[in-house]
Amino acid sequence: MLPVPTSHSPALGPGCAGPSLAYASASTRSDIAPPSAQQPCCGSEPFMVDPSAAAGLGLRRHTDTPYVTGTSVLGITYKDGVMLAADTLGSYGSTKRYKSFERLAKVNDATVLGAGGELSDFQYIQTLLDELATEDYCADDGMQLTPREVYAYLSRVLYNRRNKFDPLWNSLVVGGLEGGVPFLGTVGMIGVHYTDKHIATGFGQMLARPLFRERHRPDMSEEEATELLHDALRVCYYRDKQTTNKFQIAKVTAEGVSVSEAFALETQWGYQAFVNPAANALGTW
Amino acid sequence: MVASGPFDFDLCSRNAYLESKGVKPPRLTKTGTTIVGLIFKDGVVLGADTRSTSDTTVADKNCEKIHFIAPNIYCCGAGTAADTENVTGMVSSALELHRYATDRESRVVTAMTMLKSHLFRYQGHVSAALVLGGVDLRGPHLFTVYPHGSTDSLPYATMGSGSLNAMAVFEEGYKEGLDRMGAVKLVARAIRSGIFNDLGSGSNVDVCVITRGKVDYMRNYEYLMDKTVARETPVVYPPGTAPVLKEKRWKINSTRPSEAAAGGSAEAMDVS
Repeated sequence: MLPVPTSHSPALGPGCAGPSLAYASASTRSDIAPPSAQQPCCGSEPFMVDPSAAAGLGLRRHTDTPYVTGTSVLGITYKDGVMLAADTLGSYGSTKRYKSFERLAKVNDATVLGAGGELSDFQYIQTLLDELATEDYCADDGMQLTPREVYAYLSRVLYNRRNKFDPLWNSLVVGGLEGGVPFLGTVGMIGVHYTDKHIATGFGQMLARPLFRERHRPDMSEEEATELLHDALRVCYYRDKQTTNKFQIAKVTAEGVSVSEAFALETQWGYQAFVNPAANALGTW
Repeated sequence: MVASGPFDFDLCSRNAYLESKGVKPPRLTKTGTTIVGLIFKDGVVLGADTRSTSDTTVADKNCEKIHFIAPNIYCCGAGTAADTENVTGMVSSALELHRYATDRESRVVTAMTMLKSHLFRYQGHVSAALVLGGVDLRGPHLFTVYPHGSTDSLPYATMGSGSLNAMAVFEEGYKEGLDRMGAVKLVARAIRSGIFNDLGSGSNVDVCVITRGKVDYMRNYEYLMDKTVARETPVVYPPGTAPVLKEKRWKINSTRPSEAAAGGSAEAMDVS
């Protein structure tokens, strides 16, 4: 009986499909030469067009548009560690479909992952990371994946999928403590990745990043960091239409990972100047 | 000022024909921009960056984006530079004629209505996004005018490619009852946010404060594009820097050419 490759089998590469997905591979097709000394096969076929697509059937579709989406994720490093923040909305186009979707997930005791974009792909990524964590657990040597390793792994998965024109449609933020030093990185759906002292994805890039650049310092206290995140989340709620006033903050410190309960922010809608701004300007609104 | 007759799209078919024949349409100079306006206790503060871009090149490092409309009304413009310049110039001229006809100070709503009717008539092809502010007898006003002709009346507003960056600063820092210094500081902060976080905006900060009866146009309120290395020109070397080895003197005849030619006193230039 042929062994069934797992979704991140080292032979096939991370995040790639095994023969279980109706794709005729070397292990099931008899006409492809088995690996030999002259032509070793590392386990994965060279890149080839899917036979069903080549036959003109066009049955296999790739992700070309996201459906249930999350919006921006914000992250900052501070004195004791890292804080990530996101709202809890899963939008279905312009509908506020899932109002309590947790977009911040604990990966292990030193790492937390936040995602925007297609939320089903985020759940799939969580499955991949669970498999890695399970392998670590089975090894039973007290070692777990560091945040930088999670970040590097995810950048390879996303870039690999992008090369197959079947991206995982996400903007990911990885945060944690790497040997006691705060770590914060982001990976995009085309595989672009970088680390920084503060991260913002989606609309947060335009709205939160200016505030971070003005006010962020790596040695901020927890109160200052929380206040900065609250201000940034509030501006995102005011000016991004795909948000709700329900947020979560995930914190990674030496004590471990904690994802907060959902909370709402105070918002100010009662400025006197907005009450009747067009009083002297008929025809405007 | 008000055009007569229906919309005139004759030139559209001519442009389409030319493009189909391979004639490239002229490249527009856009102002990738951050422009803001803010109403405070006594009036309006307008702010703008000073970078004008043509695709990815900076065309003008220190252009003026705050345009004069009337002695009590100014307008910041984003979008195509030619469109903002000409549309504001046209409304400014029309308002001046209107002031002579009515013998009154211009009102901000008049400028707003002229702008929006013109822009609506051109269905968004005149790419001008404006922040119009001023103080008239009814008080301070701030309007945004969009290229398709819609307007908003707001206590604080931002437009241009850096508008979200500037709006983040406004949403975080706006308070009711700001005084003049607080308002100018907030506007400068918002423009700086656009300059440092948006590629289409840059260089310096212009600020214009309009209050009842007084306008303070602070061109280059913050000069951010200073050179960090200053060259000393002209360099003055003190006499004796270069050692003199030999000296020789000649006498040169120093009469003016006209004197020498006419043999008399110099004549004045004939400018008739």
